[in-house]
Amino acid sequence: MQSNAALEYDYSIAKLFTYTTILFGFLGMLVGTLIAAQMAFPELNYLIGEYGTFSRLRPIHTNTVVFGFTVSGIFATWYYVGQRVLKVSMAESKFLMAIGKIHFWLYFVGALVATVSLLLGYSQSHEYAQYEWPIDIVIVLIWILWGISIFGIVGIRREKSLYISLWYYIACFLGVSMLYLFNNISVPTYFLTDGLGSVMHSVSMYSGTNDALVQWWYGHNAVAFGFTVPIVAMIYYFLPKESGQAIYSYKLSLLSFWGLMFVYLWAGSHHLLWSTVPDWMQTMGSAFSIVLILPSWGSAINMLLTMKGEWNQLTENPLIKFMVLASTFYMLSTLEGPIQAIKSVNAIAHFTDWIPGHVHDGVLGWVVFMIMSALFHMVPRMFKREIYSKKLIEVQFWIQTVAVVLYFTSMWIAGITQGMMWRAVDEYGNLMYSFIDTVTVLHPYYAIRALSGVLYLTGFLIFAYNMYKSMTSSKQLTEEPQFKTPMA
Amino acid sequence: MFHWLEKNPFFFSVAVFVVISFAGLIEIVPNFAEASRPLVGMKPRTVLQLAGKNVYVKDNCMSCHSQLIRPFKSETDRYGDYSLSGEYAYDRPFLWGSKRTGPDLHRIGNYRTTDWHENHMFNPSEIVPGSIMPAYKHQFTNLADIETAYAEAVTVKNVFNTPYADDLIGTRAGWDAYKPKVLAEAKAIADNMKNKDVKDAVANGEVPEIVAIIAYLNSLK
Repeated sequence: MQSNAALEYDYSIAKLFTYTTILFGFLGMLVGTLIAAQMAFPELNYLIGEYGTFSRLRPIHTNTVVFGFTVSGIFATWYYVGQRVLKVSMAESKFLMAIGKIHFWLYFVGALVATVSLLLGYSQSHEYAQYEWPIDIVIVLIWILWGISIFGIVGIRREKSLYISLWYYIACFLGVSMLYLFNNISVPTYFLTDGLGSVMHSVSMYSGTNDALVQWWYGHNAVAFGFTVPIVAMIYYFLPKESGQAIYSYKLSLLSFWGLMFVYLWAGSHHLLWSTVPDWMQTMGSAFSIVLILPSWGSAINMLLTMKGEWNQLTENPLIKFMVLASTFYMLSTLEGPIQAIKSVNAIAHFTDWIPGHVHDGVLGWVVFMIMSALFHMVPRMFKREIYSKKLIEVQFWIQTVAVVLYFTSMWIAGITQGMMWRAVDEYGNLMYSFIDTVTVLHPYYAIRALSGVLYLTGFLIFAYNMYKSMTSSKQLTEEPQFKTPMA
Repeated sequence: MFHWLEKNPFFFSVAVFVVISFAGLIEIVPNFAEASRPLVGMKPRTVLQLAGKNVYVKDNCMSCHSQLIRPFKSETDRYGDYSLSGEYAYDRPFLWGSKRTGPDLHRIGNYRTTDWHENHMFNPSEIVPGSIMPAYKHQFTNLADIETAYAEAVTVKNVFNTPYADDLIGTRAGWDAYKPKVLAEAKAIADNMKNKDVKDAVANGEVPEIVAIIAYLNSLK
């Protein structure tokens, strides 16, 4: 029988992506905090000339946290988890090591170039798919390299059966491939006109209502396959590993996985309620959004029940606390989403700050918490040192939890206030408020949101410091910890 | 069956792919042709307006402004008739937006003028006290890329049969012959503006971004 202890896994690629997770996390949240502050204090729009307006920076915030932070986190955990659940070391294949290195460096350079291109205003204007066609090609190459890495290591695996986390990583790879390709099909204008104008310009393959449908089929499911599927992959690996508890139910994992795969994609059209897409599509989007509660909560409940009888770990181990809270925020967010997808609620919620509020209780509370927990678990095992400070994790935990709560509560109030004011009429049936009234009234909530950004960013800096210390100067470990991550 | 799939990554991946493909096929494909159809008599945007649309995209106005009037009385009272699918048939990309930090702009051409935009883009909070919109002063000095807009018009005409007139030809000579029309349209906008630098630039055959974006905003009706 294969001895697990004898196998030395190679973490060189996982380490590289760990660094970029922290770097891009910091940058993305820094820009996020700045643009949040701009909405409360508009003078902040003029810090770097035309490049510093809210409108120019917002895609940099979203793309840096999505394609910088989250995708780095997905790759970092993949290069860690993949080897371990398949019982094969990357070092056994020179080819896979080479692919991994190219994958990282192409990704890193690509990310920098992509960010600069957005700053300069090159954009396809599709949300979360703004990058112009030459950068799209680089992104596709990066993604293909990841695919080679996944299926390469699956091909030489010793453990024949794919663990649950792998289902989700594979689904992430396939889902994002399909969505990204179809949504970004565009025609560069330079080549069809004998070289007129800018090389960086293209026109979308789809127009108007069709473009909207394809974009939100993409936009919604980029969330599905970027912010849900791979994060579920992480929790299925790291929660049992950290707690020493087996997953509560295999059948529930099956139901949740295949349910999520089938249902999620339909819900995209809930971004287009009351728009010009046909009614039946809107209704489908609403209905499937409600059904989506089942597989989402299935995974989350499976996680919580995994901790059954072991709730004392919540007080003993801050990583468990992070992961349990992440599951809980996942449940909140996946209940809130379907509520907003009900047509009558959407009539108020759409176009308001309730939507960014919803997005952020999901990403700050679920995605970032889970990725940070994963790194806390991985770093001691990759660098063979314990976590530098448990106390700092506790401090970070509370600062960031307060920040998330401030974020979504202020945006709930702001969103509903705005939605109600837009439609308010006086006794003669005339609109009661001019548009600017509905803007100025939001100032306090925007200020609270900016404060929440500062808090969350502070928490992230504490995290980054703790990581840095844990990688370089905390107590060395002589052997790999089995479950609970050791911390000072 | 599931146990078998978990041991056979290839078939597992195929199964996942089939399961996730359903929704897109069923929701997007059946109405595709119908949703591409323009309103009767609708004209595509002029080259100058396209250049303005590209400024709108470059400065990412859609991060705060929608172009989608929903079929509610509160919206039609505020913005005008609710939006129809056919009105967007030539929009590549669609610019509906997803957030109204500022008001909807789908019919702003009906109730704002060149003069208003000129003052407002230069300093929004002077025109609308309390506004949190940043000033876009750089649009008064940056030049709009009208050549790229021309290339775009030629491309959509040739690839998607967008009904532009036959004088759009995808060559350098074609552009040189067409350019005076774009400049004439820019001049008509600049004539209604006060900023001297902008007027001078247009007189010298250049098109500042502000002229193009105003042409675009005026076309939103």
